[in-house]
Amino acid sequence: MAERRVTVVAEVGLHARPAATFVQAAAKAPIEVSVCKLNRDPVNAKSILAVMGLDVRQGEEIVISAEGEGAEELLDELAAIASAP
Amino acid sequence: MTGAGVSPGNGHGPVKGVGVSPGIGYGPAYVLAEQVPEPPVGERYAGEAGPEKDRVAQALERVAAELDRRGERAGGQGREVLGAQAMMARDPGLAVEVAALVDTGLAAPRAVFEAFQKYRDLLTAAGGYLGERAADLDDIRDRVIAVLTGVPMPGVPEEAPGGVPYVLVARDLAPADTAVLSSAVVAAFVTEEGGPTSHTAILARAMGVPAVVACPGATTLDGNLLVDGGAGLVEREPEPHRVEQVRRADAARRRLLAETTGPGRTADGHRVPLLANLGGPADVPAALQAGAEGVGLYRTEFLFLDRASAPSAREQEEAYRAVLEAFPRGKVVVRTLDSGADKPLAFLPPPGEEPNPALGVRGLRMGRHVPEVLTGQLQALARAAEGTSAQLQVMAPMVATAEEAAWFAAACRTAGLPEAGVMIEIPAAALRSADLARFVDFFSIGTNDLAQYAFAADRQLGVLSDLQDAWQPALLDLVALAVGGHGRPCGVCGEAAADPALACVLAGLGVGSLSMGAAGLPAVRAALARHTLVQCRAAAGAARAAASGEQARAAAREHLPGLSELGL
Repeated sequence: MAERRVTVVAEVGLHARPAATFVQAAAKAPIEVSVCKLNRDPVNAKSILAVMGLDVRQGEEIVISAEGEGAEELLDELAAIASAP
Repeated sequence: MTGAGVSPGNGHGPVKGVGVSPGIGYGPAYVLAEQVPEPPVGERYAGEAGPEKDRVAQALERVAAELDRRGERAGGQGREVLGAQAMMARDPGLAVEVAALVDTGLAAPRAVFEAFQKYRDLLTAAGGYLGERAADLDDIRDRVIAVLTGVPMPGVPEEAPGGVPYVLVARDLAPADTAVLSSAVVAAFVTEEGGPTSHTAILARAMGVPAVVACPGATTLDGNLLVDGGAGLVEREPEPHRVEQVRRADAARRRLLAETTGPGRTADGHRVPLLANLGGPADVPAALQAGAEGVGLYRTEFLFLDRASAPSAREQEEAYRAVLEAFPRGKVVVRTLDSGADKPLAFLPPPGEEPNPALGVRGLRMGRHVPEVLTGQLQALARAAEGTSAQLQVMAPMVATAEEAAWFAAACRTAGLPEAGVMIEIPAAALRSADLARFVDFFSIGTNDLAQYAFAADRQLGVLSDLQDAWQPALLDLVALAVGGHGRPCGVCGEAAADPALACVLAGLGVGSLSMGAAGLPAVRAALARHTLVQCRAAAGAARAAASGEQARAAAREHLPGLSELGL
């Protein structure tokens, strides 16, 4: 299982456009990928409703996890989206 | 139309509301579905689980595809917002949830309802921005249930059924409801809520579609409706000859108004330039056609709404230049970004909790809180003006003090902009306009917000529309204070300027220019041309001497005999 720890710096947090971009990128990958806030249950990163429901705000840290072929590349892409200002 | 207003349920008499966009509209009522009924608790299906799950999957996909299609049609930011809604309908977690509920025996509509409820609770519990997204989720849920149960889909028909424009009737309209509409589809708007300065009213005027707001019981109306957006009357099932008669009278009135052309002036030649309010470059053709001499209010919010970040310098520059080039040698007054309160921006959240956003960090206050957005806008404006012959003036919204005015004027000078002004929409600024005048080149009075703050009455609330009446003598006093004694030009760019009688009163108070939605220009031009400045001043004096808005209107009209000749 590979993972990335990222601090969300966008002012809107992982909501609105950043959330949509994040979920779109996750959804096109053929492998499972999850996201969670520290010490909380992970949710499906391909679910816009679950990702919004995490209520990740500016300055909060998240952990993105994936396993399988292309996991590293996918995590790099998702980490870049989540950490974009 | 004649006759006093009668409440609905009283035979087929006319229903009275507040007319906010003049003109006559006639067509079948289309009542915007308020909500789709909740599927019964514990409702079960007959047959196999497989086909029931397939029904749900097809309904979700149909709704998602419809949202995508509407997004494509709306374009721009609408595409992004509706695209995100389509993603919610296609959410894999939601699909799993619904399927599990169907496996327990719940019928598809109820399973959908309960699955959405779980996510809805999650968003509502988070509150704030997420809490507001719960409405998006409800909208999708209702659409899916409508597909499954065969009830009418909520939302506005984008095409006129059978090519006959309809009268859109609703409790209230959200900007999302109306993003895809045009006058080819909608004959008139009638809403129960909303005041003269609500978004429905502003949009209707921009579209040139008649509208009646604050109309009690409107959503019980059905059949064919005849709407008088000037008098604020709605008639049910009028006889065909009646429709013809009203339309002919309206056409005659329009022809009469169109006989007055040229720049705005009173009968004795006192110049009052007539300018247009624009929400974006798309409003330019209507403004030019109505003979606008320039632009008195270019709202720049359209560039910024529903975005995760500020638009690029180039994008801004192009949108500004498009309008400057449309008015060679004309005046173009651009208002800097007015975010906050009823126009929140995703990338410019207020710095803290705001229990009362209309009194929060909005307008120039936000500009000072996040100066790089304002600075970027001022620089883009300065570049856009290079090489065009229009007279660019830039003004800030929500200015309360001379110190704020000085700060803004300095920011404009730094950006290389020659003329800086401020809006007067806070009573404090009107009271101390002479102090502000030391720092800026001009003023523009925003009567909508000035009334909201002077009367402590939320402009979105239909129930308070009496207090939003720009004829209130207290508001006229504030206008007189804002205009007087400092030697700086002062215009009005609120909706009050589009009321032909009030436009004469404003001219009488010393207002130097009037800016309004393009549809209002012909009537105001004709009204000014029929009265002398002395008559306008007498009307203004009579209005200020009155004790209520209603009395002020009546008193002013006594000095303005040309209005009834024009059918105004």
